[in-house]
Amino acid sequence: MKKDNALTIFVFSLLILIFPLIYKDTYLLTIGIFIGINALVAIGLTILMGYAGQISIGQAGFYGIGAYVSAILSLYFGLPVLLSMLLAIVVACIVSIFIAIPALRLKGHYLAVATLGFGEIVYLILNEWGPGGPSGFGDIPRISLFGYTFTTSYEYFYFVWSIVIIVMIFSFNLINSMTGKALKAIHGSETASATVGINIVKLKIKVFILSAFYASMAGAIYAHYVTFLSPSSFSLFYSVMVLMMVVVGGISNLWGGVVGAFIITILPELLRGFKELDVLVYGIILTIALLFVRKGFVPLILEGYRRWLQK
Amino acid sequence: MTLLLQFIFSGLTTGSVYALVGIGFNIVYNSTSIINLAQGEFVVIGGLMMWFFFVGLKLPFLVSFTLTLAVAGLVGFLMERLTIRPLIKKGDLLLMIMVTIAVSILIRGLLMFKFGKDPYTYPPFTVGEPIVFLGAVISQQTLWVIGITCICIAILYLFFNKTMTGRAMKACSLDIKAARLMGINVSQIVMLSFIISAVIGAVGGIAITPISLMEYDKGAMLSVKGFCAAIMGGLGRGRGAVVGGFTLGILESLTAGYIHSGLKDAVALFIMLFILFLRPAGIFGRSEIMRLRKF
Amino acid sequence: MKAKLLFFLVVLLSILIFTQSSFCKEPYKIGAIFSVTGAASFLGEPEKNTVLMLVEQINKAGGIKGHPIEVIVEDSKSDETQAVLAAKKLIEKDKVLAIIGPSTTGESMAIIPIVTEAKVPMISCAAGASITLPVKERYWIFKTPQYDTSAVEAIYTYMKKKGIKKVGIITISTAFGDSGRKALLELAPKFGIQVVADERYGPKDTDMTAQLAKIKASGAEAVINWSVGPGQVIVTKNWYDLKMGIPLYQSHGWGSKRNIELAGKAAEGVIAPLGRIVVWDKLPDTHPQKPILKKYVTDYMARYKSEPGTFGGHAYDALMMVVEALKNVGPDRKKIRDYIETKIKKWPGTGGIFNMSPEDHCGLDMTSFEMVIVKNGDWEILK
Repeated sequence: MKKDNALTIFVFSLLILIFPLIYKDTYLLTIGIFIGINALVAIGLTILMGYAGQISIGQAGFYGIGAYVSAILSLYFGLPVLLSMLLAIVVACIVSIFIAIPALRLKGHYLAVATLGFGEIVYLILNEWGPGGPSGFGDIPRISLFGYTFTTSYEYFYFVWSIVIIVMIFSFNLINSMTGKALKAIHGSETASATVGINIVKLKIKVFILSAFYASMAGAIYAHYVTFLSPSSFSLFYSVMVLMMVVVGGISNLWGGVVGAFIITILPELLRGFKELDVLVYGIILTIALLFVRKGFVPLILEGYRRWLQK
Repeated sequence: MTLLLQFIFSGLTTGSVYALVGIGFNIVYNSTSIINLAQGEFVVIGGLMMWFFFVGLKLPFLVSFTLTLAVAGLVGFLMERLTIRPLIKKGDLLLMIMVTIAVSILIRGLLMFKFGKDPYTYPPFTVGEPIVFLGAVISQQTLWVIGITCICIAILYLFFNKTMTGRAMKACSLDIKAARLMGINVSQIVMLSFIISAVIGAVGGIAITPISLMEYDKGAMLSVKGFCAAIMGGLGRGRGAVVGGFTLGILESLTAGYIHSGLKDAVALFIMLFILFLRPAGIFGRSEIMRLRKF
Repeated sequence: MKAKLLFFLVVLLSILIFTQSSFCKEPYKIGAIFSVTGAASFLGEPEKNTVLMLVEQINKAGGIKGHPIEVIVEDSKSDETQAVLAAKKLIEKDKVLAIIGPSTTGESMAIIPIVTEAKVPMISCAAGASITLPVKERYWIFKTPQYDTSAVEAIYTYMKKKGIKKVGIITISTAFGDSGRKALLELAPKFGIQVVADERYGPKDTDMTAQLAKIKASGAEAVINWSVGPGQVIVTKNWYDLKMGIPLYQSHGWGSKRNIELAGKAAEGVIAPLGRIVVWDKLPDTHPQKPILKKYVTDYMARYKSEPGTFGGHAYDALMMVVEALKNVGPDRKKIRDYIETKIKKWPGTGGIFNMSPEDHCGLDMTSFEMVIVKNGDWEILK
């Protein structure tokens, strides 16, 4: 891992550690937990888009598989929560292989279309055959670690964000390793990297599985935090929101996913005061943000930081 | 037999709207290579504005019809001028697609502000008893929907093949750089493509509202279905979207009829993915064209 | 400049004094979570309007023993995650005494662990049975809408009287339609009714002819549609166009004049179990619910130019229960809960006459419905 990346992560971890100590408001903590969950999904998509040049409009599908499988295993089969979370992630990764192989053999936008279809199918299946159908089901057990059950927002906040930080460290290392460089090369030119002897398709499939890994993990955490699931949380709308997070944050940097998740999750909370008009205001803000901050907020922040250093 | 016929009629009704939305996708895609995910909102604008002029302001039918199309065209125009044009030179397709999503949220917000959340409807174009054909029943409005869709397709066909502007648009869809070198004003073509796709969407909305009602948030579903229709027929192929739309509609109603209505959307999607994996360029697409595409 | 400043100060002071004099006591804060936007906005919209109107009326009349009430309405956007955030905000930031809503069963289920942990009484405006059952685990939870099963019982009882034995059901694939579907399938054998077709459609579907044609071919003697929103109007129109020749029954979600307007002549003859709020003007004057319904509906119509419908009524009942509890026991969460559980007896609300008890946190049964038919563009109570 590069030095400045390590430094950023260190500072970031400190911030996360201190935040709940300063703001004792569990409402803010709850927002923080949802930002963390969304950030996990968004980081996966950032790698897929920024480093493999592929778009997915179906992350809600993996998010949903993670949530439902984990919830069902722990609630109806009595498995320990951590084990069911793990199994749920495995299931999502296997499913992702079946999408990735046919879709990534083809060039262009096929992954986008295939994931769109996949996400919708998962949603419809959950609606039709999920426990409780469209009404959803509750009483899902909470996360417990070595016999200790997490109940408060503090515990979940630290749990979610530790995972986000681990995922960030892992992802930074991945990108800096050989695979990461090859991935950047794909984004540049597929033909060129193929001539150098990089197996592009295999790499793309790996990254896609990784994004499914992160999304399903986030879904499993969601399930055991909210303890109630219904299909509506896993619709196309969520996939589009994640896509929006990544674009608003910026795809050129891993932090884009985190920053985007922060902005998109917190915006509706800030707009609560607008009541009926919030959809309109939300649309206006998004449009303006996309039009004027084209590369995403992270490059904008970095640029500002650099200028500030030069002064 | 009667039942099968009934299912097909039902499929044609919904398929018509999917086809019109799909055509809209294709027109914009051909000139810009972007997927305009606000396409479904134009259908909603069509239905709701028609209600506003026809029922709200009590204007004559044809006047309301024309005014509605004008409003939709204006929205398409503004959308292109304000959000697509500033970005198009950068060529960042993903960003532009995201902007269309943001615009669709914005349009939804505006419609909710103006019309609230209630569904709206107005009387069918012609009043009268439904027509019985070999035991299957078709309402008169269904015939209108299918008829208007066919008229739209015919007009578009003539436009793209017989007029200078239409041919220029077609040229752009084949090779935008060559078209520019030939002296075609590409930026005008892009603007025109947004206006035309908005108007077509609105026509669909006007025709379907007496059957299916219209409310502010129906657009997202229509966008997805229309997109599937365009994909099935091969993105960018005008004829493809028509066949794709009708196929999707009929598939849905056949699934509802013969398999299970709870699964109709899922089965239709499965078939779409299946077609996609077998024939990546769609039913009508040619694979060599796909290779030129960036997205 | 100085004069302006002085003027400004005077205005500010007078505002302060004015507001001080009208309410010298601290307001009672109540939280409300409604699906004002999103898929379930047909519920949240009238609920929000009702609450805003009632708050104004109560405060104009002097509040509760001099305390004004303040209801903080949060929009959950028909989304469970948003409902969780809203509940957290109301409990942690606003420190509300009680929560009314959410509007849907899913959102209610999602926040039950939070309100239970925080020990805040909650009166849900959603119908799902799992909200208040099992009562032991739902110590802090109440709800004002009738159970879906009560509406189904009302329909089946009426059908039995009419000799209908085979029905085709068509339901919307949302939580509302799904819980109705389950109740329809579950209760049919008890009434000697056979469900011969079980069809579904999506919330944004444009045409249900295929499903209805299948029901027609299945030999059903009646169709039951269970949905809210545009779907129930489209089904009615398709049913009319298909000339199915069998009666169409709708759920209790049908109770809005707007549905009759939208469906036009297709709505003639449609039968549904509706709360008395829809047919209040046709009730005898002696009916205990009539005065409440009359005042509520006429006030609402005057203010919002639309009907409150059954759903607005759920919020009315929920808020009035909390208000009555506050009047009697003051601002104490536990006491409010106990009051609602034990003292809401033979309590006429908009939804029916409530009888809460430690065993029943809903307090309504099928007698709170009337079977109503559409005749000449208006409702008519069936005997």
